[in-house]
Amino acid sequence: MAKTLSDVQQTKQPIGWDGKTLKQMRKEMDEVSRETGHYAGLKTLPFKETDPIRFEKIYSKLRGGVVHARETAKKVAASPIVEQEGELCFSLYTPEADSIVTSTGIIIHVGTMGAAIKFMIENDYEDNPGIADKDIFCNNDNHVGNVHTCDVHTLVPIFWEGEVVGWAGGVTHVIDTGASAPGSMPMGPVQRYDDGYQVTCRKIGQNDTLSKDWILESTRSVRAVKYWTLDEKTRIAGCHMIRDLVLDLIKEEGVDAYKQFMREIIEDGRRGFVNQVKTMLVPGKYRQSSFVDVPFKDLDLPSFAKLNSIIHTPSEITVHKDAQLEIDFEGANRWGWHPFNATPVSITSGIWVMLSQTLVPNDRINDGAYYASKFGIPYGSWFNPDDIRSAHSNTWHALVAAWSPLWRGLSRSYFSRGYLEEVNAGNAHTSNWLMGGGYDQYGQLSAMNSFETSSCGVGASAVQDGISHSAALWNPEGDMGDMEIWELLEPLIFLGRQILPGSGGAGKYRGGNGWQSLRLGWGAQEWTMFVAGSGVMATDGGLMGGYPAAAGYRFQANKTNIKERIEKGLPIPLGGDVDPDNPTFEDNMEAEVIHRDRQAVSTQEQFGDYDVIMNYLRGGPGFGDPLERDPKLVENDLNEKYILLRYAEQVFGCVFTEEKGVYTLDVKGTQEKRKEIRKQRLERSVPTKEWMKGERTKILNEDAALQVRHMYAQSFALSEKFTDEFKGFWDIPEEWMIYEDDLGVPTLGAHINRFKQSKKISN
Amino acid sequence: MAKYDKRRINELIDGTLEFYQLKDMMTSHKDPERFEVYREVLQDRVSWDDPILLPYGLHLYIVQKANGDRIVKCDCGHEFCGYKDNWKLHARIYVRDTEEKMNEIYPKLMSPDPEWQVIREYYCPGCASQLDVEAVPPWYPIVLDFEPDIDTFYNEWLKKPLPTVKA
Repeated sequence: MAKTLSDVQQTKQPIGWDGKTLKQMRKEMDEVSRETGHYAGLKTLPFKETDPIRFEKIYSKLRGGVVHARETAKKVAASPIVEQEGELCFSLYTPEADSIVTSTGIIIHVGTMGAAIKFMIENDYEDNPGIADKDIFCNNDNHVGNVHTCDVHTLVPIFWEGEVVGWAGGVTHVIDTGASAPGSMPMGPVQRYDDGYQVTCRKIGQNDTLSKDWILESTRSVRAVKYWTLDEKTRIAGCHMIRDLVLDLIKEEGVDAYKQFMREIIEDGRRGFVNQVKTMLVPGKYRQSSFVDVPFKDLDLPSFAKLNSIIHTPSEITVHKDAQLEIDFEGANRWGWHPFNATPVSITSGIWVMLSQTLVPNDRINDGAYYASKFGIPYGSWFNPDDIRSAHSNTWHALVAAWSPLWRGLSRSYFSRGYLEEVNAGNAHTSNWLMGGGYDQYGQLSAMNSFETSSCGVGASAVQDGISHSAALWNPEGDMGDMEIWELLEPLIFLGRQILPGSGGAGKYRGGNGWQSLRLGWGAQEWTMFVAGSGVMATDGGLMGGYPAAAGYRFQANKTNIKERIEKGLPIPLGGDVDPDNPTFEDNMEAEVIHRDRQAVSTQEQFGDYDVIMNYLRGGPGFGDPLERDPKLVENDLNEKYILLRYAEQVFGCVFTEEKGVYTLDVKGTQEKRKEIRKQRLERSVPTKEWMKGERTKILNEDAALQVRHMYAQSFALSEKFTDEFKGFWDIPEEWMIYEDDLGVPTLGAHINRFKQSKKISN
Repeated sequence: MAKYDKRRINELIDGTLEFYQLKDMMTSHKDPERFEVYREVLQDRVSWDDPILLPYGLHLYIVQKANGDRIVKCDCGHEFCGYKDNWKLHARIYVRDTEEKMNEIYPKLMSPDPEWQVIREYYCPGCASQLDVEAVPPWYPIVLDFEPDIDTFYNEWLKKPLPTVKA
């Protein structure tokens, strides 16, 4: 029998449902959801409503299975970041890449892995390179929508009888991606091409087997190969567990039931989110801003990156009458030549991480909430760069700062409604990141990024202090890790861990304290170190009278005489730098180079045996007037060394007697002191409108530091609304303006500028 | 569904609940009556009679005046302004813009650098309570941080009448 033309052409059959391509399915899903206001157009939930037990049983199986996959797979890893800290996450998606259910862990990647699958769908991967059963794909491309290069995704399609019924995705935070500096969030990259090995949604395996060219290329492109390899096996193991889970479920329940379930569970998530908004919030507008420093002027970087600048992120939350949650970031300033840029997906996904810890604290984290909300993310801003050259390797520096004010906005709602137990003054700037690399104590080419950072201080609530040295926004299960484990993995010995007094913001309820560890170089060869954290600015604001958490600083000493001091039995620096006004580290050693300064981001410096570096993990912001803090709590803080005596007196207005190092509250003296401080407040302050006249004059005279003027110039160039509000507030004449070009700083890459004709840059 | 009486809400406001009680409140489904109970508890605590429409911040309330105005008022009795205006513009301000002033709050190197960022403290002119603290670069506008839609909240979300001034 003669062959037909179509037989000869061997046309690929679409892999979507009902003979559709995945691209058609994606398009139709977007259209029907937008038109109806319901995910997949579901105005009712027939499966859930007619057979709720079966519906919930399916959900529980999937949720339990995905969590189980994470817990089991992480034991495959050797990286302390994954195995100790739990920096991994798995998620199950629809064929069109909407998230159905996700595991615990770094759940920001619900969105980023979804973005990667959408990228493949949009770019017709179905035709080329093809999407087949048992394929394995990898992505870590920042500009596809990843958070940063070190978050490596493994993506596996799930097929049932020739149709894609979903995707399993797994992500781990790998220790090194071969960037221009070692470590997972390196300082040094200022362009995409410095950020390290970036894999753009690449097919890396078929028939459940990794391709040899992939294994060779990838392991030759990164440091710390052992960890990279085992991380990949971790992700594949988890994805395959999820694939088996889904296929077993379909065998039990039937594919039609599974298809209906996946639509309804997302619509159910959307409805649940709307319900939570109406239950917890007050309709209206909430405005706030955050700032974080980029002190690059004196770093060893290309000339166009050597400037001090400020990342500015204003936000306006609108809780609409219909309970839609909208967050608009109009006024944010420009992306820059630093590794702190972000993508829209990473900031919005991160907001879901935050919301899952406050507004929607349940396990139904899926894309339903995404369909119930709206975001305004200015093009050209630091979290929506208009140039593919932007670097992202340490994007958290800016993201954690941008999210902190959102807690404050939501907390105003909780406070108004009486849900005081939910109020949170904000999140710590989760830093310092202590990083380095070279040949480690085992002689292997390696890298490190200390994840002690996952135990910073938490913001205070309206009814209790923030928890000290305990958590990080990006991983609700944060753990500082055991010193003994870190010492096995990193060529650094601990000289102590200690709470840092005063690092949490003061308040009626104080922010959780941060802490410090001091590390001594030992056993490495050709090793370099650097730090990355907020320094000259507080990245949170405190809430309703509470103070921001303390800012950061750096301590490092190179070429010390600690070896000789140990041999002679002399004291050496130990523990934390508990009172930087009266430092002791320098009293107990000599060093050729000492960095004790606000330069809390640095680039690589050689680091040898007996060199010392401090890791300062930040505290959380405070809530309420410190003069209203229960004096007995202040006494306890003082005796437990959470605050220093002089701040117990002058900030909290308490008076103590001391005997053998134990402080006892003087109740009467405290009452008098607090009364006196209130009197001083009224004496030293002025009516706000009077103060504004002086500040306005400073603005007219352009009297501010260069980096401050630069920040405003960038926001003015990107946003007419911000400019109008700024000028309107200060009553500034029409002709007054600050332009980036007039500031004498590098402006390379500053394309979008409403004061100039825009120049189109092709990505 | 959880339900809490006035005594429990008073304890919540005073910060005297044990952690296990707070955790129970955090992990339970929210009690829909909370706002009403909370508003009544707060109303009982203040010395003035203006009906509280919405708690607005620690010490601050949006209250209903007999002439129809809705104003921001401190629990000490000081009245700031209409609720659509920014109460901070009617407060007293103290700005920490030098290293010395910063060092009164934070140890050396642990404060913002005043060249980059200042700390603004807002006090109530009546009772000198510190009602808000901002950490912003110089020149930053004083932002109206909360603009509630009170009518929608009562009429469409709570489906309750707004508190009114007693005749």
